[in-house]
Amino acid sequence: MLVLISLLVFINLGAIIAIESKYLLSTVISIGAVGFGLSIVFLLLGAPDLAITQVVVEILILIILIRGTVTLDNTAIEKYRDTFAMVISLIFFGMFLTFAYMAFKALPEFGHPLMRVSREYLQHGVEKTGATNIVMSIILDYRAYDTLGEATVLFTAILGAFVVLRRKGRKKIGEKDTTKVGIPGEF
Amino acid sequence: MIVYLLCSFLFVLGLYCLVAKKNIIKKIIGIITMEYSVNLFLVLVGYRARGIAPILSKGADKAEFIAKSVDPLPQALVLTAIVIGLGTIALMVAICIRLYERYGTFDMTEIRRLRG
Repeated sequence: MLVLISLLVFINLGAIIAIESKYLLSTVISIGAVGFGLSIVFLLLGAPDLAITQVVVEILILIILIRGTVTLDNTAIEKYRDTFAMVISLIFFGMFLTFAYMAFKALPEFGHPLMRVSREYLQHGVEKTGATNIVMSIILDYRAYDTLGEATVLFTAILGAFVVLRRKGRKKIGEKDTTKVGIPGEF
Repeated sequence: MIVYLLCSFLFVLGLYCLVAKKNIIKKIIGIITMEYSVNLFLVLVGYRARGIAPILSKGADKAEFIAKSVDPLPQALVLTAIVIGLGTIALMVAICIRLYERYGTFDMTEIRRLRG
């Protein structure tokens, strides 16, 4: 419990540094620290699949963000600091935290989950699907349509990124086929 | 309770970054932070005190496994959400790179001012 709380405090500190840092590169590195801390938290909470996925996704996010920031403008914007909007947003976020506290009282206590649906999966998952890893049996068998939808969303998002990033949409009538179409090496 | 509060504080930090910062990359960082906190919250709700991972090993007792395992359902849903988050972040960064090429800045107010 103490380890969990200290890791969560570490994650929060990393997020604060990421938000308030002046340089975009240190922001990106701090968000990497947040992600890796989150993966250790997943490992502590008994979710090794999530920890592995989080590490892989975090590395990819770091690569993408560094690609987006490192060659471009690297300093933060300090010109217009709107104190009024900042104070108002801080007040609203305090209210958000208060209502969240009231809502957390209605949740089951930490460490004692409601397991109405999951008990069924744990009981019959191995016989019905043949997978000893119950998380995998849920993803790939009980809720396989959900995974299919995930693949569709992922395909659409990557296709959108490709379309936005490509250099040239269509070639002109007399143009040769050798023009570069696709993600160029440098911008 | 304090674990839930720390998790929602992470959410508030991300929301603050999304609302108050002018830099587009900072806004993306805020969205990433919010996504992390929501994933963490779902896994925290399914945690059982001194629980084991929901993987049935070879000689394990079934009744003891059911009594001690953490909730596998939020883990399965969060696994989907993490991967989808990667795709959306890639799309957002791609749009940011295009905006930088067009306007030469990451500043939100500058981009709005140059329009029309």
